[in-house]
This record gives sequence, structure tokens and C-alpha cells, in this order.
Amino acid sequence: MPDSLPPDSVGVVTPETLHFNAPIKLTCGQALPAFDLVVETYGTLNSDASNAILICHALSGDHHAAGYHSMTDRKPGWWDSCIGPGKPIDTSRFFVVSLNNLGGCNGSTGPCSINPETGKAYGPDFPVITVQDWVQSQALLADRLGIDCWAAVVGGSLGGMQALQWSLSYPDRLRHAVVIASTPRLTAQNIAFNEVARKAIISDPEFHGGRYYDTHVIPQQGLMLARMVGHITYLSDASMGEKFGRELREQAYKFGYDAEFQVESYLRYQGERFSESFDANTYLLMTRALDYFDPAYEFDNDLAKAFGQARCEFLVLSFSTDWRFTPKRSEELVNAMIAARCRVSYAEIDAPWGHDAFLIPTPRYTDIFTSYLDRVGREVSA
Amino acid sequence: MRTDLSIIERWIKPGSHVLDLGCGEGILLDYLQREKQVTGFGLEINQEHITTCMARGVSVIEQNLDTQGLGNFEDQSFDVVLMTQALQAVRRPDLVLDEMLRLGREGIVTFPNFAYWRLRWYLMHKGRMPESETLPYKWYNTPNIHLCTFKDFEALCQRRNFRIKNRTVVDGEHQDHWFSRLWPNMLGQIAIYRITREEEEL
Repeated sequence: MPDSLPPDSVGVVTPETLHFNAPIKLTCGQALPAFDLVVETYGTLNSDASNAILICHALSGDHHAAGYHSMTDRKPGWWDSCIGPGKPIDTSRFFVVSLNNLGGCNGSTGPCSINPETGKAYGPDFPVITVQDWVQSQALLADRLGIDCWAAVVGGSLGGMQALQWSLSYPDRLRHAVVIASTPRLTAQNIAFNEVARKAIISDPEFHGGRYYDTHVIPQQGLMLARMVGHITYLSDASMGEKFGRELREQAYKFGYDAEFQVESYLRYQGERFSESFDANTYLLMTRALDYFDPAYEFDNDLAKAFGQARCEFLVLSFSTDWRFTPKRSEELVNAMIAARCRVSYAEIDAPWGHDAFLIPTPRYTDIFTSYLDRVGREVSA
Repeated sequence: MRTDLSIIERWIKPGSHVLDLGCGEGILLDYLQREKQVTGFGLEINQEHITTCMARGVSVIEQNLDTQGLGNFEDQSFDVVLMTQALQAVRRPDLVLDEMLRLGREGIVTFPNFAYWRLRWYLMHKGRMPESETLPYKWYNTPNIHLCTFKDFEALCQRRNFRIKNRTVVDGEHQDHWFSRLWPNMLGQIAIYRITREEEEL
């Protein structure tokens, strides 16, 4: 917790729940009769509503991207390093909107919400949500907030996929898409890791086919394992090596199977903390949304043809040690955009932290992000 | 704008799709975008320059010609491919020129002339590798690893069946002088060539 708020913090923020009373038809064919989205906003919308930036979260993120919920919070929002007055996403110029996506577990309608038809939690009956569905719901949110056209839609990883999808689903409703550490589609290896995570959850005896809410238990071991395996893919060999090496918790080997290496106890701790705060069904849903994302699919597997729809300008950024969504994946995106004659800029940023680098400010990352969004701001006179 | 850039600008039709190899801070592309409704990209490896391009609104791709090549660009996908003052710094200028004319219908290249009389004089008089305002480096740490003369360049064009559509020479201040046109290989300091593939004209 901060004793006093840093001057470049958005300060204490309060999320708001917006109710949408019209049914939303989903990619899977099902519909939700109504839904809630939990939203945080930072900064002020200008008179012509041209200075709005949408933040799209990744797998385990939520609406709380910046600032503190109270002065007793231990940590600020998940992207506080990039959002705030004077930061790359400058809240003194932009009106920043961040939401918890549909299917999430932080207040927006998801598997742990009450199904109006049964009066019980949806659980496994909650429909599988796709990136397109998220973007559709975000467009409804934009309507509600009076935003016709985003100055930019910004996201890292799964969030970057949403920014890409925006450029295809609503080409005239965004000026810029900032796509960080993302990919045009998952590889077999990516899907394989997701499958291990899902299998860990589903095979937990406390999962109860996804209806664990009724029995007041949670598949904690499964969720913990899922997070542990995921967490490894977010870091790099080098960053793990530097952080933990082969360091032991105590002086010598104990010739047992408890957590003896520091890295083991770190992963267990991360897994445990995560399993206490995140919903297992949401984890399944988010990983599936990742697996299914493939904008080229509808365009004869021709990504360039897909980007033929796009009208916005793109900034694509990758990180040198990201082995989950490698720079090669970003280059694939960029090449398709070049072939489609989209306006696109690309940089590969040298950073040692693997996929997680998109959350960690480094001088070059911050410079690029700041310069690019400064121009976006000038374009919309923010 | 530098005179060589304003000469290049005259050779580019409004609305062209342009690729600028080694676009620097994106000055030329920025100008072409605003004044000639040109679209396209710059390739650059200098990190500060890349950021400057982004701040300017010039589409810039971080890509290294020597290590990554240009294989990610499709055949004949640009009207013009530009390369100003970078030919002498790449590993294989001949292959880069080939690639330029694979991607673009037309290539525009500028480079320093190693047969410029001052450089000849320097070498003859001092017996050491010439240094000048345009070539301010020591031989052992210069980025200019493939210096050539206008005659060398034109010989290469002939070998590769490139047709030279235009040629202009300018001095170190990028000024166009009548006397450097008189005897370019001796008096011209920087050349601007506009090339295309021979077959295209047949």
C-alpha cells in the first residue's frame, strides 16, 4: 500500500457495474439474455468523445488496470506501470476504459454468475465465449459510454487479440490498434500448454463437472497446477535463472519431494494465491478463447485477406525473450498487414522477462509507447 | 529538406506505394505522405530513429536487411523502393538491388562516389584510406563496407540488366552543380540513380 499516492497514479478508483438488458448472440450459437460488465475509467472524456482508449485484458486480468481501490491496497492495478498522468497511456489526455470481460470472475457476467433460468450459478452451462464475443460486448459498452470511435484499442497477449479483432469487426470504430506480445493464432504448442492447464482443473476431484459452486468447494489443486504451468510459459529461462537459479530454501538436499528449490516454492506460492482468487471455469473459458482465436480462418486462412477489412493504424510490439508468443508471431501479423497495405509500425523490444515483459516498463518500451500514443493524442487533439 | 531528397521527391508520382530501406527519421516518407499522398513503410534498425518515425506518423518496421533480408515482402508490391545512403553499408549490395527490383517496379538509390576527385587526391597524396565529410570514418570501424564509384555501380547495373532511367549527381551539401554533371565520376560526390528492370521496357 502507498502511504501517499504517487503523482503519476490515477489515484483511488471505483469500479462500476453496467447492466445490459438486451440479449447478446454469441459465436457458439447461444445467447445471453442480459449481462453485466464491470468497468473502471480513468481521465475525462472530451466533448467530441474522441480521446477514449480501450484497454483489453489478458487471461487473468480484469477491469482494475490502474490506481488503487483503497489506501490499504497492497498493489495497484495490473497495468499501473503504463496508465496514469504522464505515463504512456496518459490519463491527463485520454479517457481510459478498462473492463472485466464477459465470462470473467471479477464481477462481469461469467460462469460464477447466477443463471436466471435456474437460479443457480451457470458453472459449466455458461457458454464458451470467443474473442469476437468480447469485442461485440465491448462495442455495446462503447455505445453506452457514447464513444463512436476509440482513439486506440490497446492490449497485450490475449488483450492484443481483442485489439486485432476490433480492427476486423468494427473497422470504423477505432483509429489505432496497439497489439503487444500477441499472435494471429495459437500454435500447437500453445494449445498443448492450455490443454495441460485445463486437464489439471477438470481432473481435480473437487471440480465436480464444473458445478463446484453448489458443493461450496473449489478445485484448488487443479487451478493451482494450471497456473503453475502457465506461469512458467510467461517467464523466460534467463529470467527464472536470474531470479532463482538453483537456490535451495535450506542449505542441503533433503532427499524428499517437498519444495526444496526456491523456484518450486515460488511457483507453489503463485499457484496458491491465484487459485484463491480466480475461478476455475473462467480459466477454462479464457484458455479456450485463446485456442479458438484465428481471424484468418474466415478468410481462407489468408491473414492478409483478413486485414483487408481493417482501416485503423497498427502498432505491433514483441519482446525478444517471449517464447509463448515469439517475435516471429508478431512478424507474421506485421507481414500480413504489410501485404494488406495497412498502416503498421513494428518493433521488437529487447527484454529479458519473456512474455511478462509487456507488463514491465523498460526505457525503449516506454519511449515507443509514449511517442506513439502522444501522436494518437495529437491526432484527436487530446 | 536535403537536395537529394527533393530530387527523389520529384521522381515519385502522387499516391505511390513506397518502401524506404533505411528510412532514418522518416523525413522523406513524412514529406511524401503529406505532400503526395504516398503510402508505404520505412525499414530501420536504429532504435531512436524508429521511435522518431512512430512519433511522426511514419509507418516503420524494425527489420535488418543484412540478417533478415526482404523475403517477407511480396513481388512487385511497391511502386518505388528507395534506399538513400545505405547501399554502401549493406553486406551484399548486389542482392539488395535485386530485391529492390523484385519488390518494386522502380528503385531509387543514392550513395557516395568513391571516385570523387577529392577522395582520389587524398589517396594519391596521403596514401591512406580517404576520410571526408561524407565519409568521416576510419577504415577499421566504418559502416561503409562496400564503397564503389559511379562507374562500378553502372557496370553492376549492366551486368544485372538494370536500366538506369535517371541519374543525378550532387555535391556534399547535396547541391546540384553543372560541373559535376560534366564529369560525374570525377566531380560528383553523391549519385542518385533511378533504376528499373530491363525486361519491363521491352
